[in-house]
Amino acid sequence: MDTTAFTPLTGLAGGLLIGLSAVLLLLANGRIAGISGIVGGLLAPARGEWAWRLLFVVGLVSGAAVYMVSTGSLGVSVQAAWPVMAAAGLLVGIGTRLGSGCTSGHGVCGIGRLSARSMIATIVFMATAGTTVFIVRHVVGGGV
Amino acid sequence: MSAGTARGLAALIAGVLFGLGLAISQMVNPAKVLNFLDVAGHWDPTLALVMGGALLITIPAFRFVLKRPAPLLDGRFHLPTRNDVDGRLIAGAALFGVGWGLGGLCPGPAVAATLSGAGAILIFLLAMLIGSWLVSHFQA
Repeated sequence: MDTTAFTPLTGLAGGLLIGLSAVLLLLANGRIAGISGIVGGLLAPARGEWAWRLLFVVGLVSGAAVYMVSTGSLGVSVQAAWPVMAAAGLLVGIGTRLGSGCTSGHGVCGIGRLSARSMIATIVFMATAGTTVFIVRHVVGGGV
Repeated sequence: MSAGTARGLAALIAGVLFGLGLAISQMVNPAKVLNFLDVAGHWDPTLALVMGGALLITIPAFRFVLKRPAPLLDGRFHLPTRNDVDGRLIAGAALFGVGWGLGGLCPGPAVAATLSGAGAILIFLLAMLIGSWLVSHFQA
């Protein structure tokens, strides 16, 4: 496993940008910046909801691309083998759709509106994620 | 500019800000996310500051925005209406957390990190889309 340094300033700066993004989408379009809902909605498009979702995703990738071009790297370090990543992706897709949200929809926007559902969902996914990492790294050991 | 074009432009700008935020905070890096979740290991608390920074903006600003009768470019706010906590919410959040803990990616970073060109990220994203589609396809 790779160790990473605590980077409070860039973490906070990135968080502020994500918050601004969520406020802009709510103030301008009245929509929640929940990525699982936006991406999932592209697969089963409702009338009039497809274009803005696609443009948001295009923007998301473009924003990351601007960073990658200006710094030379996105700094992505995959920690698990591809079969584990496939299982992880499937669980994330099923779980976020079933639970109506992810880190952005529940964690940033839902808690932002002080929604009890989102607060509970966030506590639950943080807890199961932490437990999973603990089992993978410290019980099974050696990393996957 | 038509209202539809303006809404599209707002969504595009919001997406850019979101993608920049994820990249600057390095939340696109699965190693960094997993090290946040690994409280018993070499803990990297950065994710807490990312979420805290976002909430520092959304909690006060949402209160202000939602006092308006409608958003700037749409007739009404499109908000989740449910406020009951049911088994589906808990089960979904629990499964999502297991996947997040295995891969170190949640949906936003998974989309952004495809730029790295790493095959495992593409596989994660594809599996995520399949999972999402399966649920929406089989629910009544």
